[in-house]
Amino acid sequence: MQQPGRAAEIKAIGIGKSFGSFRALDNLSLNIGRGEFLTLLGPSGSGKTTFLMVLAGFVQPTEGKLFSDGTDITDRPAEQRAAGMVFQGYALFPHMSVEANIAFPLKVRKKSAADIKKRVGEMIERVGLIGHEKKLPSQLSGGQQQRVALARALVFEPGVLLLDEPFSALDKSLRGQMQAEMKRLHQETGTTFVFVTHDQSEALALSSRVAIFNHGKLLQVGAPDEVYDRPDNRFVAEFLGEINMLPLKGVKPADNGSTGLCEDRAVNMHCKAEKVRGDAILAIRPEHMSIAREAAAGENGIAATAIASTYLGAATKLDLTTRQGAKVTVSVPNEVAAAALSKGNSVWLTWPAEKGFLLPDGGQ
Amino acid sequence: MRGVLSDRMGAALLMAPLLLFLVLAYAWPFLGVVKWSFTLPTPGLGQYDALLTDDLVQSVFIRTLRIAAIVTVVSVAAAYAITVVWVRGSPAQRLIAEFCILVPFWISVLTRAFGWVALLSNRGLINTWLQSIGFISEPLTLVRNEFGVVVGMTHFLIPFAVFPLASAMRSLDDRVLLAARGLGSSRTRTFWTVFVPMTRSGIIGSALIVFVFSLGFFVTPAILGGGRSVMIAELIYLRIFQSPDWGLGAAISVVLVLFVGALMALLFRYVRPKQLI
Repeated sequence: MQQPGRAAEIKAIGIGKSFGSFRALDNLSLNIGRGEFLTLLGPSGSGKTTFLMVLAGFVQPTEGKLFSDGTDITDRPAEQRAAGMVFQGYALFPHMSVEANIAFPLKVRKKSAADIKKRVGEMIERVGLIGHEKKLPSQLSGGQQQRVALARALVFEPGVLLLDEPFSALDKSLRGQMQAEMKRLHQETGTTFVFVTHDQSEALALSSRVAIFNHGKLLQVGAPDEVYDRPDNRFVAEFLGEINMLPLKGVKPADNGSTGLCEDRAVNMHCKAEKVRGDAILAIRPEHMSIAREAAAGENGIAATAIASTYLGAATKLDLTTRQGAKVTVSVPNEVAAAALSKGNSVWLTWPAEKGFLLPDGGQ
Repeated sequence: MRGVLSDRMGAALLMAPLLLFLVLAYAWPFLGVVKWSFTLPTPGLGQYDALLTDDLVQSVFIRTLRIAAIVTVVSVAAAYAITVVWVRGSPAQRLIAEFCILVPFWISVLTRAFGWVALLSNRGLINTWLQSIGFISEPLTLVRNEFGVVVGMTHFLIPFAVFPLASAMRSLDDRVLLAARGLGSSRTRTFWTVFVPMTRSGIIGSALIVFVFSLGFFVTPAILGGGRSVMIAELIYLRIFQSPDWGLGAAISVVLVLFVGALMALLFRYVRPKQLI
């Protein structure tokens, strides 16, 4: 986080943090690549914000080491790390104008007045705040305050920008706009972005990689499609979106993946049965299942009865129950849902072998 | 649903005893004082004219303003330091600070004034000690002058200066301070460029309270000033009770009340009343 103008590469090794008996972070190791847009995702209390504060230097870890571009910065105070940071609620200086807020990190670094004027001017233009230079934060809208916070955090060209739930106070339309803006700023500056959110769609839409946290542990890190389509465990699978879980028996490796019995019918998966054997859970996203009159031999499918539907406009969400009582939700074209419901009897649920994945039975 | 009117009436009833007391015990007698100022010894503006020309009255007014200003600066600065510890220190530091702030409230102003005399007089603790270690040969004049008055008044007023400051510091968003440090600012710089400016309303409120209180001080300057640095309240006392000149005493009182009233109006423009406690 030292060289200005150059994206930082961060390596966390075995980071732990305890507050009394509460374990906020547990043995967390993570590499953050140069110029990457990494999202820390998890429910509140999962440790994602604590980890961000460890990166910023506001929280001292009880165990572990933190490296920036190969330098150990574990004990370096926040003001010497100088990571750009955007706080929840922005934390602008209420007694300073927009201009003075953005100039603050440059003044601290004793830049010349001319240099400060030039860079603040550029930044104000970049975030679209021309005409608001002399205003106080209290005279700005939420979106504008957000822009000031981003400008202030980026003006000194930090190696990494840390963002703590920056959009939580904005309404939905403004949120979308600011997300697009942040993506643009990431591309323009090339800086490493570490972004904290509890909103999974925001995480999937924005980042190059997503790190999922729960109970102080890092559960999985990967590209958005990777964690969405191939979650390592039940928590990640459920947190990233709606998912159907079917009990599976007799799981074993097969020619191109694995095979098992779902409600007494053989099903195939492309994923390997490395971590699970015997009993497991077959997880399939609602949009990957289809309704059919019957399943052909060798095709993945189970019999089910449609019980209710929710019209969503572009598609319909259909709730079904399998013969053995498992609840399944699928997202299907509107007319398919109507037909399935009107028949009122058994339909087949089918899915391609590459869209089903295995999770360990029970627990996490 | 309870109506706004009944709530208002309830509030008015609850305040009525205090208002009645203030009207009977303060406002009504004060009107009498105002009357004296225009009628004694002869009707007219003679006493106000004397206020503008009497050297003694003017020198006392100027001394009062000077002492009040010095006491205000010293009290607010000292209160600021102790309030930082009280609001932002470790639990143990907070407890000690709280003790230092609250204990003076339990000791009467008279006791404290005499306590300072015991410490500061020529044969008091401080002078004896300084002489015994050979630091000074002649005792320092620490009391029966403005210095003694300032010390005694500051000691009395620091706790009053603490509350508006504490309220301003408590409402301050910690993340703003973190933000400053995260942007590269040292702790010292963050204190002076972010923390202090953000507690501005508390500083103004605290300074005005101390200043207004200082203007009306009687016991402390009377004892620690030893008749040599008379302040305005003591002058009023002398005019009314010793050199019977009720008209002049009344006129000084009226001017003092108007001045304090103007300062209070200023105070409430900057600070909401609930920030003062």
